[in-house]
Formats: sequence, C-alpha cells, structure tokens
Amino acid sequence: MSVVQHHVGRPVSDTKAPDVALERRWDERRFTAKLVNPANRRRHRVIVVGTGLAGASAGATLAEQGYHVVQLCFQDSPRRAHSVAAQGGINAAKNYRNDGDSVHRLFYDTVKGGDFRSRESNVYRLAEISTQIIDQAVAQGVPFAREYGGLLDTRSFGGVQVQRTFYARGQTGQQLLLGAYQALSRQIDAGRVEMHARTEMLDLIVVDGRARGIIARNLVTGQITTHVADAVVLATGGYGNVFYLSTNAKGSNASAIWRAHRRGAYFANPCFTQIHPTCIPRSGVHQSKLTLMSESLRNDGRIWVPKVQGDTRSPDQIPMDERDYYLERMYPSFGNLVPRDIASRAAKNQCDAGFGVGPGGLGVYLDFGDAIQELGRPAIEARYGNLFDMYQRITAEDPYQVPMRIYPAIHYTMGGLWVDYDLQSTVPGLFVIGEANFSDHGANRLGASALMQGLADGYFVVPTTINDYIGSNTFDAVPAAHPTVQQTQRDGQARLERLLSIGGTRTVDSFHRELGLLLWDHCGMSRNESGLREALERVPELRADFWHSVRVPGEGAELNQELEKANRVADFLELAELMLVDALVREESCGGHFREEHQTAAGEALRDDARFSHVAVWEHGDRPVLHREELTFDHVRPTQRSYT
Amino acid sequence: MKLTVRIWRQSGSGDRGRMVSYAVQDIRPEMSFLEMLDVLNQDLITNGEDPVAFDHDCREGICGACGVVINGRAHGPEQTTTCQLHMRAFRDGDVIDVEPWRATGFPVVKDLVVDRSALDRIVQAGGYITAPTGSAPEAHAIPVPKHDAELAFDNATCIGCGACVAACPNGSAMLFTSAKVTHLNVLPQGRPEREQRVLDMVAAMDDEGFGGCTNTGECVKSCPKELPFASIARLNREFLRASR
Ligand SMILES: Cc1cc2nc3c(=O)[nH]c(=O)nc-3n(C[C@H](O)[C@H](O)[C@H](O)COP(=O)(O)OP(=O)(O)OC[C@H]3O[C@@H](n4cnc5c(N)ncnc54)[C@H](O)[C@@H]3O)c2cc1C
Ligand code: SF4
Ligand code: FES
Repeated sequence: MSVVQHHVGRPVSDTKAPDVALERRWDERRFTAKLVNPANRRRHRVIVVGTGLAGASAGATLAEQGYHVVQLCFQDSPRRAHSVAAQGGINAAKNYRNDGDSVHRLFYDTVKGGDFRSRESNVYRLAEISTQIIDQAVAQGVPFAREYGGLLDTRSFGGVQVQRTFYARGQTGQQLLLGAYQALSRQIDAGRVEMHARTEMLDLIVVDGRARGIIARNLVTGQITTHVADAVVLATGGYGNVFYLSTNAKGSNASAIWRAHRRGAYFANPCFTQIHPTCIPRSGVHQSKLTLMSESLRNDGRIWVPKVQGDTRSPDQIPMDERDYYLERMYPSFGNLVPRDIASRAAKNQCDAGFGVGPGGLGVYLDFGDAIQELGRPAIEARYGNLFDMYQRITAEDPYQVPMRIYPAIHYTMGGLWVDYDLQSTVPGLFVIGEANFSDHGANRLGASALMQGLADGYFVVPTTINDYIGSNTFDAVPAAHPTVQQTQRDGQARLERLLSIGGTRTVDSFHRELGLLLWDHCGMSRNESGLREALERVPELRADFWHSVRVPGEGAELNQELEKANRVADFLELAELMLVDALVREESCGGHFREEHQTAAGEALRDDARFSHVAVWEHGDRPVLHREELTFDHVRPTQRSYT
Repeated sequence: MKLTVRIWRQSGSGDRGRMVSYAVQDIRPEMSFLEMLDVLNQDLITNGEDPVAFDHDCREGICGACGVVINGRAHGPEQTTTCQLHMRAFRDGDVIDVEPWRATGFPVVKDLVVDRSALDRIVQAGGYITAPTGSAPEAHAIPVPKHDAELAFDNATCIGCGACVAACPNGSAMLFTSAKVTHLNVLPQGRPEREQRVLDMVAAMDDEGFGGCTNTGECVKSCPKELPFASIARLNREFLRASR
C-alpha cells in the first residue's frame, strides 16, 4: 500500500532506563550513573546551545557542578530565548490543594494526554521531578501567584481535573526564564560559563563517532568559529516555524537539530506537531506571526458559535438559546478544558461546517461575559489582565465587552531528536533537552507541561546523565587543525557562500511563506494520503527553486539577517519533507496527528495500537530510514481517550 | 495607507550613519509596526538594496528584543513595545522618523540594532539569588505575603528592552536596575544578599557608562511594562542602607 520513498531499518530501544519498578527507575539511574570527581570537572568543556528554560537551567547547573560551559544563543541576550513567551503556567504534582493529585496522576494524565505514544519511564520521571522544580524556582525568587495566606496559588489546564498549574499572571515563562537566566548570569560572572550571545550554531562536529564540538557564526561580525568540547547539549527549542505562521518567535528554527540529524542523530516523530486552539485569528496576508491566547483562559472563558450557519449578528445580539457551546455539549465532563488537539479540531470542524465567526468565518468565540458577571471584572483582570491587553492591542477590540475571537494555530512540536532515558541522542556525547527532543509528550502535549519538561531536563536530568557519559569515557584533545573540524568548518562556510551567490529574484520570506502554507494545508490540523503525497511532490520542487532563485543580499562578514533566515529556511525545506513522509507512513490518528482516513464515527482520532504503538525514529540518508522504538505500557492501559 | 519613513542607516560601528527616506505603500491599519518594516524590506531586497536591520523575535511584547525610537519617542506614540504598536496609530501620508536607541551604554551595531549587553552585565553583577540546583527547601516552607509577591512581580516584569535608557536625557539605567533590585530585595529569599546586590549592581551600572538619575521621569513614560517610578526611590534607599 505504502509506496513512500523510505527504507526500514532495525528497531531501536532505550537501554538506559534501569529494569526496576517504575517508581525506582530514576533513583536507580542516579545511583548507577558514574560520578566525575569535582576537581576534574573543570577540565571538561560542555557546549550548551540555547538559553531557553532547558538550556539556561542546564548551563547554570553544569557550571555549578564545576564544568566549563560554553553557551550560545542567537538573540542578543540569553534572557530573550523564546521560553520567555510562555504564558499560562507550569504543572507540578504538589497536591497543595489536596484535590487528589499525585505523581502517579500527573504521570497518568501525561501518558493519556499524549494519546499513548510516549515512553512510560521518561514520563514518570518527569512527574516525579516536577515538585522539585517549583521548589527550585521559588528559591530563586520566581514570583508565582500567591493567595492571601502567602501560599502558592494554582489553576486548571486542559485535559486534567485537578488544579496543579502554578503561574505568574500570564507571564509564567518569562518569570521562570528570568530565574534560570539569573542563575546562568551568576555563573557567567563567576567565569564558569563562557556566554556567546548573537551566535548561531551552524553544524555539529562528530569525531570518531562522538559529538566533539560545533561550528558557529558570530552574527555581528559574520566570523565562523569552532568550539570543541567533550559533550554537546542541544536546547534549541521547537521547529513550529517550519509552518511560517506559528506562535513561535520569529527566530525559532530547526537548524541545530537538523544539522545534527544530518550528522547522525535520529529524528523521532517529526509529524507530531501541536495546534493550539486559542490563538488570535490572522488579519491579512502581511501577517508575520500568530499570537497565542493562553489556554488558562479556558478556565473562565466559554467557547461558542452561533447555532445557525453564517449568522452575522454581533455576538451580543445572539441570545443564549441560539448559541452552541459545542465543547460543553460534546464533552460534558471536561467541557471547555478538553485537551488541545480535541479543542482545535472541534473549532476547525465548526468553521468548516460554516458556523465560524469573524472575517472569512475562521474564528469561534471565547466569551468571558458569564465569568465577569459572576466574579466581577477585577477578578478577571487579576487573572488575565495582560492577555486581555495584548488581545486588545492586536485586534482593537475590548474583550471585557466583546467576546474574543480565536482560531487554532501551530504552537509546539512534540517531535524532535530521538533520545534515550539519559536524554542522549544516537550520536554519543550529543544530548538533547527541552522542546528540541521528542521525549515526553507523545502525540499531544498537555498545557503547562513544556515548561516543566524543559526545566526537569535542564536542572535535574542532564546534569546527572552527562556525568555518567564523561565519567565513562576518555577524551583525546581535538585540535582545531583536526581534519574533521576543518572539513565541518569548510562545509558551513561553503553553504553560506552558496546562499549569498545565488542572486535570484525571490526573497527568503516568500519561500518560507509558500512552504508554510503548503504544510498547513496538507500536514496541519488534518492530513490525508493524497494531500500528503501532493505536498511530497511539491516540497522538493520548492527546495530546488529556493536554491536556484532565492536572493540573499549583503555579505557574509557582517550582520546579515537575510542570510540568517536563508540558512534556516534551507533547513526547514529539508525537514518538511521528513515530516510529510512520517505523516504518510503513520496510517493511524493519534493526538495531534489526525489522518482523515482513521477516525471514529464521532470524528475522534482512531489509533491503531496493533501497528503503530511505536515511536517513528528516522535516520538520515538519501532515502530516510525508519527505525521503530516499540512502546510498552505496563502501568497505563492504552484506551480510546475519552473526555466526554 | 501610504507613508514616508525616514530611517537611520548605519552600516556598522565605523560608519557615521544618516537618515534615509523611503516611501512605503499598501500599509494597512491592522499591521504591526514591524510588519510595516517587513513590507519595506521585501521591497528593498527585490530592488537590489540592503534591507534595514532591526532586532525583534517574539513579536508579542515579551522578549524585549525590539525597540526603536519613533518620531522621537522610545517605542513610539503608545506606551507599548515596538512590535505591539500597530499602524492604526498613524494616518495616511504621515512621515515617520525611525532611529535606534541612542545612549552611551548602547553602541549602534547596524542600522536600528544596538548592543545592549551592558544590561546583562548589570544582572551578572548581582541580579540573582544564590540558589544552587537541588538545594532548595520545600516551596511552602517560606510563605510570602501576597502584597510582597505582587510588588516583586510588578518589578520582575521588566523585559530588558532598554527603552528607559533611550528615553532618559542622561542615558541612565536606573529604572532597569531598580526594578531588578526591588524584585529580589522584597522577597524573603533575596534578603541574605540584599546589601551586596545593590552595591554591586549600582557599581556595574556606573562602570557601563550609564548616566546618573535626575528624576526626570522620562523612563517610566516609555516603559512598555509600566515599571513603577517608586522603584528608583527604593533603589536609592537600598543603596544608602547598604552603604552605611
Ligand atoms: C506563545 C507560547 C506560549 C507557551 N505557553 C506555555 C505554557 O504556558 N506552559 C508550558 O508549559 N509551555 C508553554 N509553551 C511552550 C514552551 O514555552 C516551550 O516549549 C519551551 O519554552 C521551550 O523551551 P526550550 O528551552 O526547549 O527552547 P527555547 O526557549 O525556544 O530556546 C531555544 C534557545 O535556543 C537558541 N537557539 C536555537 N537555535 C540556535 C542555533 N542554531 N544556534 C544557537 N542558538 C540557537 C535560542 O537562541 C534560544 O536561546 C508556550 C509556547 C509558546 C510559543
Ligand atoms: S524598565 Fe521598562 S523600559 Fe526599562 S528595560 Fe525594563 S521594560 Fe524596558
Ligand atoms: S519582538 Fe519581542 S518584545 Fe517586541
């Protein structure tokens, strides 16, 4: 049936999670992991690429432990990493509300929310560590919301029935990132972290099969530099910008993980992307990015559309009994707080069926009228003030008076480089943390779990597992003149020179927009075989066209933002193809991956556990090679997810 | 809308720089200011010219990367970030001047891009709480009165954009520094390093070439996050207290 251009390779498996009871695995791993004598750590260099929650927390912690850390980010300051934009909150199984929460429940919710496509060991560890993250952040001075008694406040997020989400107004990511950034700053001041801002990793240096460094470009001078080390940690975030329009920051990119993939790191589940249900609808062709309205709004906002198609009355003219609160109707027990994939698809279905509101009918209402009446405006202002302001600034509508209009948008990528329990990729010495790896969220991430994962990886997991790697290996010096180093540097230089020399007629953005639209149409909220095949024909053509007719002005030896973009888009054009292949091969629906051919009578995702209870793990090659990691569920029994 | 934008062009730190005038067309009110610059840049590239360099990333007012002086005001006519300023704030036919932040502490890198790394160095000098990973007590061990938590939060919302410095006639970084000092010093967790923090951060601020504060209050008028002016007074008190 499937005639996709790919090979099938041998299965892969995680060999690092100890074979003991689920609850004891992390403890056991920490015990078996080799330690490195503190006095010796100074002599080991570790490169950390990225300063988001994952990277900043890892860099600070590794430096505290005594390693010599070399850290990079492409922004002008590590404090601006895209984690800063996270709004709603961070989960932790503290059970402060005594509402029945526990490590096990957080574990269970996450495996179920991910539609049974994640690894039990990893998710359990994440749930276990979650409580320490809150302790750590509070100790750093992160100003979480508090109640009058001075204790921490929590709220609910989608897909769960307990209140375990800690938050700092609508700026949780900012506050957590500042905590990690400040911890990193302390280490920079102490001379243990060598920080390179405005520096972009171009490629990975692999010597004798192990990750031994990177080459990077100084974005101000254009100089290409080489950094060698004993281990490399990628914390470079997600690749949602492959769709051009997404809630990610403009600079978010896939280049670091894609280059590493080309150097031997396997890529897992590339087609697992998350579409967030509540974003501000696009307003025109000039649109450069989409803005999220936090999921936390679904705590108090009610989602509805008019009961008749094409109803153009203003929302306040539509009486209660002529409104369809479709989520509350379809999913009475979770209501507006169903998981993201379900809420997004439901919104799309309403709009596709002609019930949508606003320009082009591409929107549904998120209405705070009832909440304002019940709790009063000040309470709503205190909870969501900055989000309401942001909405008003962008749309020129006042959400205290008029319901918000929202529509789904690309938001997060569950796929990423494959890692084992130690968060090590298939290239020894290359660790991948945060959104850049595939590890914990299966086919759908629950709200407020990415911040948790990034910080768990960075503060707690990778500092332990890197010790084991460094402690178990010996490292010969890799001189700058080493042929592999030289060759990698020449490759990077040549690629940039090639981009600059094309001198075509089309801008980088025009290619990026075209690619994004193609993916959104065929590999977005719902996918089908013929659409995927069509896109698979189109992407290589677009890529060829790019390398033939893109125009990158300026020179390499200067600040050149078009060159930066071109370099990233060139990688997106390759990654897109792998996403399509992955989506085509996975002939089932699960979480955010919705294949139209595979749905229940009620239109819900229909998994095929007999054939697809695995991680799709791709090796780079002329034709991609599919290795599978079988998933086993000993503690949570896969069922048809039900939120009704 | 059709507009004329006059933009500061400077190829690098060695170049003296100058204003260059451009006509931009098809600008719609719902575009953001940066999307207007995108439109201009796409035209420039297609016409074989060098696009205008400007910093930006999140485009939703939180990363602090963007920031230019628009018609003489840091971040422009509304009290928000440049990326959250929308073109409905302008009229058809307007002439708009766009310049980089101007301050001794922020050398120009290229066009509208400046070097704000001095702000990072102020934080490195003491804008943190020493809390090594793994050593944290249980989060509920120290209750923080809601009022203190809110005050800390109000000050912690600073995005490090540097508009306060750009707006200040003295090029002072007092609002930025006072916000960080206040955030950390009002929390019980920040108390042990309270004195050293303020002394070190103020010293770093002076070393970076930022001017002194003469209470003109321009900073708070341009601050997109509405950081409180009172924090500057608080910084002064903390400094005096620590110097005694
Ligand atoms: C608008 C929005 C709201 C969100 N809200 C929430 C929320 O409420 N709760 C939640 O749990 N999650 C939320 N998320 C998801 C979450 O914010 C991210 O998944 C998470 O912050 C990613 O962190 P990270 O450290 O992996 O990567 P990032 O924060 O994206 O950091 C990536 C870093 O890598 C660097 N980098 C990238 N490429 C290169 C390169 N080639 N060379 C050098 N450096 C490079 C960048 O400079 C940056 O420092 C939200 C996401 C968005 C977009
Ligand atoms: S105090 Fe305000 S203006 Fe100054 S850097 Fe912070 S957010 Fe920007
Ligand atoms: S681009 Fe991030 S604040 Fe403007």
